[in-house]
Amino acid sequence: MSNAPTASSVPPSNKLGLTKQDYVGSKSTLCAGCGHDSITAQLINAAWEMNIDATRVAKLSGIGCSSKTPAYFFNQAWGFNAVHGRMPSVATGASMANRNLINIGVSGDGDSMSIGLGQLCHMIRRNVPIVYIIEDNGVYGLTKGQFSATADKGSVLKYGSINSLEPIDPVTLAIELGCGFVARSFSGNPKQMNAILKAAFAYEGTSIIDIVSPCVTFNNHDSSTKSYKNIKDHEMPLHELGFVAFNELENVEIPAGESKTVSFPDGSKVTFRNIHENYDPTDAVAATKLIKESLSKNELLTGLLYIRPGSPDFNKVLNLVDEPLATLDLQALKPSPQVLSEIMESLT
Amino acid sequence: MSSDALSPSLDVRVNDFSIQIATVNGSGSQTANNVLMRSIFQMGVPVSGKNLFPSNIAGLPTWFTIRASAQGYTARRATNEMLILMNPETAKEDVQKADGGCLVIYDEPLKLEGLRNDLVYCPVPFQKIVTACCPEPKLHKLVKNMIYVGVTCFLLNIEPEEAKKAIAKQLKGKAKAIEINVAAIEAGFLWAKENIKNPSPLKVVRDNKTLGKIIVDGNEASAIGCMFAGVTVLAWYPITPASSLSESLIDYLEEYRKTPDGKSTYAVVQMEDELASAGAVLGAGWAGARSMTTTSGPGISLMSEFIGLGYFSEIPGVFFNVARTGPSTGLPTRTMQGDIDICAKCSHGDTLHINLYPGNMQECFEFAYQSFDLAERFQTPIFVVSDLDLGMQNWMSDPFSYPDKPYDRGKVLNQQQLSEIKEFARYRDVDNDGIPYRSLPGTPGGKGAYFTRGSGHNDRALYSEKPEDYVALVDRLKRKYYSAKSFVPKPILRGNGSDSGIIAFGSSDPAVIEAQDELGRMGRKVDYMRLRALPFTSEVDEFIKSKKMIYVVEQNRDGQMAGLFKEAYPADAAKFISILHYNGLALDAQSIVNEIVSKS
Repeated sequence: MSNAPTASSVPPSNKLGLTKQDYVGSKSTLCAGCGHDSITAQLINAAWEMNIDATRVAKLSGIGCSSKTPAYFFNQAWGFNAVHGRMPSVATGASMANRNLINIGVSGDGDSMSIGLGQLCHMIRRNVPIVYIIEDNGVYGLTKGQFSATADKGSVLKYGSINSLEPIDPVTLAIELGCGFVARSFSGNPKQMNAILKAAFAYEGTSIIDIVSPCVTFNNHDSSTKSYKNIKDHEMPLHELGFVAFNELENVEIPAGESKTVSFPDGSKVTFRNIHENYDPTDAVAATKLIKESLSKNELLTGLLYIRPGSPDFNKVLNLVDEPLATLDLQALKPSPQVLSEIMESLT
Repeated sequence: MSSDALSPSLDVRVNDFSIQIATVNGSGSQTANNVLMRSIFQMGVPVSGKNLFPSNIAGLPTWFTIRASAQGYTARRATNEMLILMNPETAKEDVQKADGGCLVIYDEPLKLEGLRNDLVYCPVPFQKIVTACCPEPKLHKLVKNMIYVGVTCFLLNIEPEEAKKAIAKQLKGKAKAIEINVAAIEAGFLWAKENIKNPSPLKVVRDNKTLGKIIVDGNEASAIGCMFAGVTVLAWYPITPASSLSESLIDYLEEYRKTPDGKSTYAVVQMEDELASAGAVLGAGWAGARSMTTTSGPGISLMSEFIGLGYFSEIPGVFFNVARTGPSTGLPTRTMQGDIDICAKCSHGDTLHINLYPGNMQECFEFAYQSFDLAERFQTPIFVVSDLDLGMQNWMSDPFSYPDKPYDRGKVLNQQQLSEIKEFARYRDVDNDGIPYRSLPGTPGGKGAYFTRGSGHNDRALYSEKPEDYVALVDRLKRKYYSAKSFVPKPILRGNGSDSGIIAFGSSDPAVIEAQDELGRMGRKVDYMRLRALPFTSEVDEFIKSKKMIYVVEQNRDGQMAGLFKEAYPADAAKFISILHYNGLALDAQSIVNEIVSKS
């Protein structure tokens, strides 16, 4: 999927006088049809619609296919492709250094749920201001298809390995850790992604958005629980979407508050239970119960699942001065000679 | 012998002796030991203290050594003239290991007399004295320690008023505690006066050699330096012996770096581990903060992936390594210069790092200040390599001078400067010094935006796997590293004209100075160069060229620094002879002298 806006004679501008073209990045080098590119497109749409000043954006990522995507949006923003799984700590540092930055973290299920699980947890606990997207496909793409920690129990790899372990669910984990903005979406549902991303841009603190984004290259074989054929033959759990070929995805509109079976052009079927766009579940226990019940019925519950606005973000907790720490000058940072004399006196 | 019959035949030593105090960890003895050390200091006699403590909160044995030296030597001495034995578990072994002629003060019920007949015994009924002077039984265990301070004051001729002053300082503001402890000192002093008839051979005579000096540990000295250096982000994780640097810094920041309306001009976060600390340091440095962390060997190991990223993508950050005895958990409360290699070349691939080696309290302060300038000037992780001996022990020092030099924030282009240049290329070597220009995230205008990555990149920060781009990048990084030669602290030279020399660094300095003097008295004149930084500067080149034989004194098993010299000066490799010390104890002069004599 291309990041370029549809051609028209005069492309529309947002309140900053910018067109969508002003929000694009370099050309994607991901596989054709990769769901991650759909997410990138929605990030661009949402940021344009939300009038985000891209020069204030810090695009942060770890390692993996998902973590490459910050290069594909917001050319006017600073990007930082860090080490595997450790982007949350980099984001924590950057955020403290400059509280005016708008932080966007892009990670994957391997990056966030395996190697980086610890850092993710502590970033959530600190409520670092960041829109944190987990592009979730259940496999390691860049190392050619090993299981990740979100792979479903019983799913089969391209070369025969069967996953015998229970998956870690990013959304219930985030709720458990006290995250105040927890969403799940699907890369084939641009409208919902768009709404969630816009809400996340408006939210202060850590927002966790798990976006199921199937891997078209490594999870589409016959013996995989995520292959098109297997889904066709069995009624598979809704969160096992990695098998779906994405080239011809249609926009999916899901009425609020009810379950719906959605057909893809290739015939694969998934059921969504979507929540009302105004739905504001502030009860963490109820939200968790709903998500788990849904999973047990092989449904993938998507939407803004849990929200609790109002918790101070980490910079507020630290009681930082209004000006970014990065630009404080000598005057603000260096105590006077009298202070040193006072300290020396105390040590005599 | 009993307490009323100290032998008059012992050598009289004035302002020149060592005392070792054996206690139980967690019994409050540290306060008493510091009071004793400070009392001697207040008498105007140069003094140093070493706390040899276990990795334990309470119950295991601990030893504290106090050295008084009229000549101002502050290294640990291998011999002691006086023992104070309060720990029943170690008392017998302590006696067995004592140096001949040693004066042994001990808790009477331990009945140590007769174990050896070449020692002078002075049993003290601590329980009896404490029962009489302290009405609260639950405090007896703590207060007992202050009684040996009183006894020692009498024996050494330390004016009790000085001990009382030292207590008031140590327990500042705690009136009740001061009162109880002063009573204990007086009781101990009085008991000794009434029961010890013969004079002790060890004496403190008032002098003026500590006038205007301070007592501080290296971690606190560095913390003060960081505070004045304008540190804005501290991301750390607790580890002995580095924790007290961050903890002290936090205290100073809270006191002196808040705005009048109570807001913070700094951010401190205790991270979940050292990996995260390093990540936060880099994230903050990338975004323009003066960022730092404090850790020790195991933490450096964990940080090493991030440090490679910081090196390769050129992000400033200050990494304090207060080293301890490794590898692994090793001896976590003992000292070592064991991380020379890992800090010189930390991470995978080809990496070279600027290292600073403070050798005394002033340098712990000054190098902390300077490290932020170097990090931002060279856009790279900087190591300040200290150790437990410098960091956690109390040292006498001249007071620190105010660093007048303004901060060097390095090559950072602001919005105006960015608008004036034709093209911003993040990694282009515009000035031919290997140091590119950077821009800070969030700079308005968007012209400075670039993508930071640990993967291969060209000078415009774009992803590249081209062989020529990679080679150009790593070669420039090497040039940049060597361009730091004229910025890092030059070595300190002591003595000249000999064709043999000693090279040492960091906490080895006091012992090496003393050893150099002793070798001189023995007629073996040897010059001494104290290395203070990597990369090696031209003064280091000259010193090495000018010598036929060079003893590299360092506190590790493998001669790590000597290895760096042999690599940097292959033609001179045969000159380097390692003098190694690695048993976890602070280095002493006599072992250096012995080894040099045996190897020459």
